[in-house]
Amino acid sequence: MSVLVNKDSRVIVQGFTGSEGTFHAEQMISYGTTVSGGVTPGKGGMKHLGLPVFNTVSDAVSETDADVSVIFVPPRFGADAIMEAAEAGIKVIVAITEGIPVSDMVRVREYLKGYDCRLIGPNCPGIITPEEAKVGIMPGFIHQKGGVGVVSRSGTLTYEAVDQITKLGMGQSTCIGIGGDPIIGTTTLDAVKLMMDDQDTEIIVVIGEIGGSMETDAAKWIKDNGTKPVAAFIAGKTAPKGRKMGHAGAIIGGKEDTADAKIAIMRECGIEVIESPAEIGKTVARLTGR
Amino acid sequence: MNIHEYQGISILKAYDVDVAEAFVAETPDQAVMVAQELKEKYNTDLFVVKAQIHAGGRGKGGGVKVARSIDEVREAARQILGMTLVTPQTGPAGKVVRKVLVARNVFYKGEAPHKELYVSILLDRASGRYMFVYSPEGGMDIEEVAEKSPEKIFREEINPSTGLLPFQARRIAFNLGLEGKAFKEMQRCAAGLWDAFRGSDAQLLEINPLLKASDDRVMAIDCKMALDDSALFRHKDLSEMRDLNEEDPYEVEASEYNLNFIKLDGNVGCMVNGAGLAMATMDLIKLSGGEPANFLDVGGSANASTVEAGFRVILKDKAVKAVLINIFGGIVRCDRVARGVVEACRSAGDIDVPVIVRLQGTNAMEAKEIIDKSGLQVESAISFDEAAIKVREAIG
Repeated sequence: MSVLVNKDSRVIVQGFTGSEGTFHAEQMISYGTTVSGGVTPGKGGMKHLGLPVFNTVSDAVSETDADVSVIFVPPRFGADAIMEAAEAGIKVIVAITEGIPVSDMVRVREYLKGYDCRLIGPNCPGIITPEEAKVGIMPGFIHQKGGVGVVSRSGTLTYEAVDQITKLGMGQSTCIGIGGDPIIGTTTLDAVKLMMDDQDTEIIVVIGEIGGSMETDAAKWIKDNGTKPVAAFIAGKTAPKGRKMGHAGAIIGGKEDTADAKIAIMRECGIEVIESPAEIGKTVARLTGR
Repeated sequence: MNIHEYQGISILKAYDVDVAEAFVAETPDQAVMVAQELKEKYNTDLFVVKAQIHAGGRGKGGGVKVARSIDEVREAARQILGMTLVTPQTGPAGKVVRKVLVARNVFYKGEAPHKELYVSILLDRASGRYMFVYSPEGGMDIEEVAEKSPEKIFREEINPSTGLLPFQARRIAFNLGLEGKAFKEMQRCAAGLWDAFRGSDAQLLEINPLLKASDDRVMAIDCKMALDDSALFRHKDLSEMRDLNEEDPYEVEASEYNLNFIKLDGNVGCMVNGAGLAMATMDLIKLSGGEPANFLDVGGSANASTVEAGFRVILKDKAVKAVLINIFGGIVRCDRVARGVVEACRSAGDIDVPVIVRLQGTNAMEAKEIIDKSGLQVESAISFDEAAIKVREAIG
């Protein structure tokens, strides 16, 4: 078992024939992911990378039985691409696209309530279950199969963490890059719950950032429901406070919205908060007794 | 993207929100012309002259002045234009005022008392919906109201498929304690604010105060507005409202090279790919005894020209005593980044501070060799720990 994607996942690529879509489709295929085709409106019937191109996601789903879609379309088409995937019956939608307008995502979030699907991202590196499926833009070679579940808001910082873990001889069950936008489909808590239920995951690593309450929401849930050790690193203790214009954000942001407050709450909830980004791998090794 | 009060007010007017009439001026003479126009139109001698900068708390720093005659408008404009205004939101350096807004002062006497209200619209991340946050206690520090009397802060969540519904506009007007004509005006105002917010893809719209005047009109007499950068592609007119004078010159230069840069006050410059790793690198600099001099995310393509531009921007800051480059090469290969770094160091000329380059990921060893054999005064490192130690050594 693993989370969200595995060797049986059948993946399509939206924005297949564009430069990003092409490059990363090739990388995913060479990693061993089952990519069964892609969608580029107007190019249906063509072959690309030896795979069929469809005009619509629903065509792709009915022809290939795809259950996972990874989205590389330009930002202005991002929201539409996500909703098209949901409507076509895709179960796991991974939106890599960066820069989708917030108001578009407000609409997407409402639309998705009517569908049984999970959105990862947008503006995320994707998901990887090592040695089974890579659905995203992360470098595959730094990963290896194992018991560490990784949930992260960032891209390269996740690679850094994974690399440290792998170099110490440990592997990952699944790594989920949830994305850094104001509205994302899967929160830290959602991803942590998936990992808690996953038999292959022994320990969970949460990579967070200052801002928002996602990590503390997850921590409070873990305090009452957690069954596995959780380690976390929160980036941005030295980052400047946002130069905000108004006060409205502070009213709803609340007092937990600083790095120190966040870390204190997480510690109270029994989470091992890592001080230095250089110590992520070592901390995981210590907690798992390696 | 933040915009000025006068720009926000022009947007509100376009969406039929009642505002205290006002025009922007760049010289005292222009300010006088505006005041004369307002005097003719409203037969008033009451004006407000307000500094236009991208920061709140202007009144506290002397950036807002009430004028009781055209001469007082000229005097107020003279004092405010060109001043360096320091407010709790500008930081100690303050901001130079280049424009003033001359507005009709709508705190005129009338049958009913006037009342200052607070209304804002913003995203509630938890629900993923936009939300009105409002209070009958406007005109003052709203954060203080939220702390001391949270029962006076109201919220109205907007369903994206319907927008603001009439019953919600009524509830807003009720909760603000309005009645009669003002109650009706407030509903129209709420609808207009919502349309303005949605129509311009705003991230934040804050009116403090929204004034219920003595004749029961409801008027925006202030406007803070921030627009979603990601949505500017569909608002060519609004994107022209960007005022580069309000932005840090280093950051403006960096954005020309597509670098995401924020200037800080430390002594160790850094250049990183990815925002999360950049923040983690800043944290590491701090743990090593230094202070980060900047945040700099060079993005996915860390090539010679972006690295060179990064060096130029970082080294303009004479407080920088060392530079740490931290690149995790995933899809980008480290050896290519290393060649870019070497090329950038050569073309940037004499870099007189220690440079530490840490390249990790694809072809990291080859990359280290390229740096070590380059003959440049550049230290290479592979692990994050090693980089931290070298930063500590460099700043002594």
